Amino acid sequence: MESRIFDELRGIVGRRGLITSRGELHTYECDGLTNFRVLPRAVLLPDSTEQVQKIVRVCHRERIPFVARGSGTGLSGGALPVENGVVISLTRMKRILEVDFANARVVVEPGVINLDVTGRVAPQEYFYAPDPSSQSICSIGGNVAENSGGAHCLKYGFTTTHVLGLEVVLADGSLVHLGGKTLDAPGYDLMGVFVGSEGTLGIATKIILRVVKRPECARTLLAAFPSTNEAGAAVSDTIAAGMLPAAIEMMDNLAIQAAEAAVHANYPNCGALLLVELDGPVAEVAALMAHVDEICRKNGAWEIRIAQSDAERALVWKGRKAAFAAMGRISPNYIVQDGVIPRTELPNVMREIGRLSREAGLRVANVFHAGDGNLHPLVLFDRRIPGQEETAELLSSRILELCIAAGGSITGEHGVGEDKKKMMSKMYSEPDLETMQRVRCAFDPLQLSNPSKIFPTPRLCGEKPGEYVAHPLEAAGIAERF
Amino acid sequence: MDASVSAKTTANTFETDARAIVTAQYVRTAGTNDVVAGVQPGFVVEPGSEQELAKVLKLANAAGLAVIPRGGGTKLEWGNRPARADVILSTARLHRVIEHAWADLTVSVEAGCTIGKLQEALAKHGQRLALDALWPEHATVGGVLSTNDSGALRLRFGSLRDLVIGVTLALADGTLASSGGRVVKNVAGYDLPKLATGALGTLGVITRAFFRLHPLPQETRTISCAMKDTQEAQRLVLAIQNSKLAHSALQMRSGAEIRPRVDVLFEGTEAGLTAQMEQLKLMINAEPVAGYGRRVWSARQEICSADNNGAGEFAVAKFATLPALIAGTVDTIARLAAAELRWSVVAQATGIGWVRLEGKGQVVESVLRELRAELERDGGSLVIAHRPAGMAELDAWGNVGDALALMSAVKRRFDPGRTLNPGRFVGEI
Repeated sequence: MESRIFDELRGIVGRRGLITSRGELHTYECDGLTNFRVLPRAVLLPDSTEQVQKIVRVCHRERIPFVARGSGTGLSGGALPVENGVVISLTRMKRILEVDFANARVVVEPGVINLDVTGRVAPQEYFYAPDPSSQSICSIGGNVAENSGGAHCLKYGFTTTHVLGLEVVLADGSLVHLGGKTLDAPGYDLMGVFVGSEGTLGIATKIILRVVKRPECARTLLAAFPSTNEAGAAVSDTIAAGMLPAAIEMMDNLAIQAAEAAVHANYPNCGALLLVELDGPVAEVAALMAHVDEICRKNGAWEIRIAQSDAERALVWKGRKAAFAAMGRISPNYIVQDGVIPRTELPNVMREIGRLSREAGLRVANVFHAGDGNLHPLVLFDRRIPGQEETAELLSSRILELCIAAGGSITGEHGVGEDKKKMMSKMYSEPDLETMQRVRCAFDPLQLSNPSKIFPTPRLCGEKPGEYVAHPLEAAGIAERF
Repeated sequence: MDASVSAKTTANTFETDARAIVTAQYVRTAGTNDVVAGVQPGFVVEPGSEQELAKVLKLANAAGLAVIPRGGGTKLEWGNRPARADVILSTARLHRVIEHAWADLTVSVEAGCTIGKLQEALAKHGQRLALDALWPEHATVGGVLSTNDSGALRLRFGSLRDLVIGVTLALADGTLASSGGRVVKNVAGYDLPKLATGALGTLGVITRAFFRLHPLPQETRTISCAMKDTQEAQRLVLAIQNSKLAHSALQMRSGAEIRPRVDVLFEGTEAGLTAQMEQLKLMINAEPVAGYGRRVWSARQEICSADNNGAGEFAVAKFATLPALIAGTVDTIARLAAAELRWSVVAQATGIGWVRLEGKGQVVESVLRELRAELERDGGSLVIAHRPAGMAELDAWGNVGDALALMSAVKRRFDPGRTLNPGRFVGEI
């Protein structure tokens, strides 16, 4: 990049909004997935939509690829910089612009931290439902890019359920508004496609969120089972009984040990632990909780505790939310995997994971969002032992292949990013991927916005954007366009 | 060769080739029953598989023939009049429930299956697609998705965008593409099910879909309250929304001849419902609870149906406003309709509502224009679903905002020849 471009960018964001020194750039060389690292040419810190537009226009004119970044907590390398590209960090755009309780809408900038939305509306007893484990540091902009989930999306849905409108800077610097404060805006649901597009369709600069009234009560049941099979059967029976809990989480013995070592959540030492949270009106929750309790006992739970107070609930959740980081207590290194299976495949997939784990000679701890079949196997290894990292990576991809074979997905909430793009062609056929890339070409024909992510083989967008293709009859002079 | 001869040759060739794909008995000349918003198509083709459907679509696309996808045909008049209509591509023979994975709370179903048949299959295992669509006995999965139809249950369960987890689409060039899948939670690749939902078949023909399901409720209760006026109804709606009640549906009804009513639906256990009914009664300080019954939830379908009161000319439109502006919208409708039109409205607490206007086409048109202008001023919208014969052309969709160019770009990538439903969607896409 030439110095005149740096000068122009500095003119847009000011001296303190442009990072070019090597030392500082290292902060941005990776996201939460640290085994991919690329040093960007520059990092820009805009503090307004106008600045984002100006930066992107320069990038478009000079054909410089750009990667938007929120808090950098992503686990799939989605915010990994691209060679010779710039990173546009949205952390300065962190204003909550509007809170409208009558309509349960909140308008935020992309750098706003997930938990701060709930913080802002909590006094009126509302909350922002998507709750990824990183919610105290991850940004709403990043959540939009990844369509983040969390433990409570079983009942409340994902980020896409709670985003009603977006202001987006497209890859040519133009501004569009998708969706809005009212529902069902006429036209294609481009907002629905944008959420979860991992930064490949543009940069969201303003986000209209829906917030939800807090239920009258929430109760969390903790049940200890001999193994994941019995715990899985209890999950199936709960769903079959017609209940939709707010969350159903499962941890296997290794995950329990790690959580205990890290945060002393006082979990029973058992083969599998189930957390079931029910929320809603007191009488409803009481009736259903008795039913869940009975289902757990019937399936062999030997200890059941029900957290009544918020403090007790917080303790129960503490271990679960700390589970990933807790792996550091029992293993020098670990890979966090994110696969999805139809819930009924759980016993088969668990047995296969066990077999692969023994064959590879590596331990695998399992943490699941069991209600929706989202598995987070944690492959434990020691990088200092030659070859073990490669074995761990192989094992980790084998587990994903199991998920695909079971009719599931390679990612439930962490995204494809850089990490899983090779797996995409195992899950989707070539025409499927080609069709998705038609959307990409409509939004960003030059492929400047977070290029080389998601798709295993980027497709050239062919004809110039907006080029009109004459209809065969029209070309023959038979019909006219109305 | 002059143009009409050439067009005729094209049509004849298409007919022959289509017969070769689906066999002769499933290609027929279109009749007057097949008219689409006043435009007479040439053929009706009924493929027997999604592969056949894709081949026929590709054939029509190559021949430059415009294709109108059709399911049950219940909402065929939604949208603008087609610029061209040559071939009706019917999903009537794609009517199977492919797999109800009840233990996983998911189902895969072909696009031509009616909502009624689907719900019946799901009910065998105590489950449902949590959607109260219009005319479920005839409306199909593909049609309901393409028109993004939703009813009162949306408040609790979301709309189709929240329920559909996978689709297979046949594109104009014959590509069959799937995205999403059979699991509820999935962020691999772009969310094309959402793109296809509400696209009115202009990007591709939906051939099958996966949905997430919900259990059928153990018990249900409806409370219906007569209110003094719309403002009082609005206050109750917002109070319920701001309460800790776990209601499944909440709507306001009003009309030229009826006072405003607020209906609340509860679903759950016996114990839970009894407690919630008591809480709700404490919130209602107007007239006592007026009636119970499920019939109030068919108000939307009554508003949309032609045989409502044996009425003559009428228009139906869907509006979207902010939840706190529902009463204002109803008052606007009452003011605009005044003495000249009969009107009725049902509005859900989500801010989505349906209005029916009966009377002279010209008056209906001017009321719809003014209502649209007022709604759009507050960020809302008005979409016309049915228009009386005497009404002048009025765009079905209204203002689309600054994303129209982007929407057109998406259309060009999916259907560059404008084969699918040309002219029917926003901006005459």
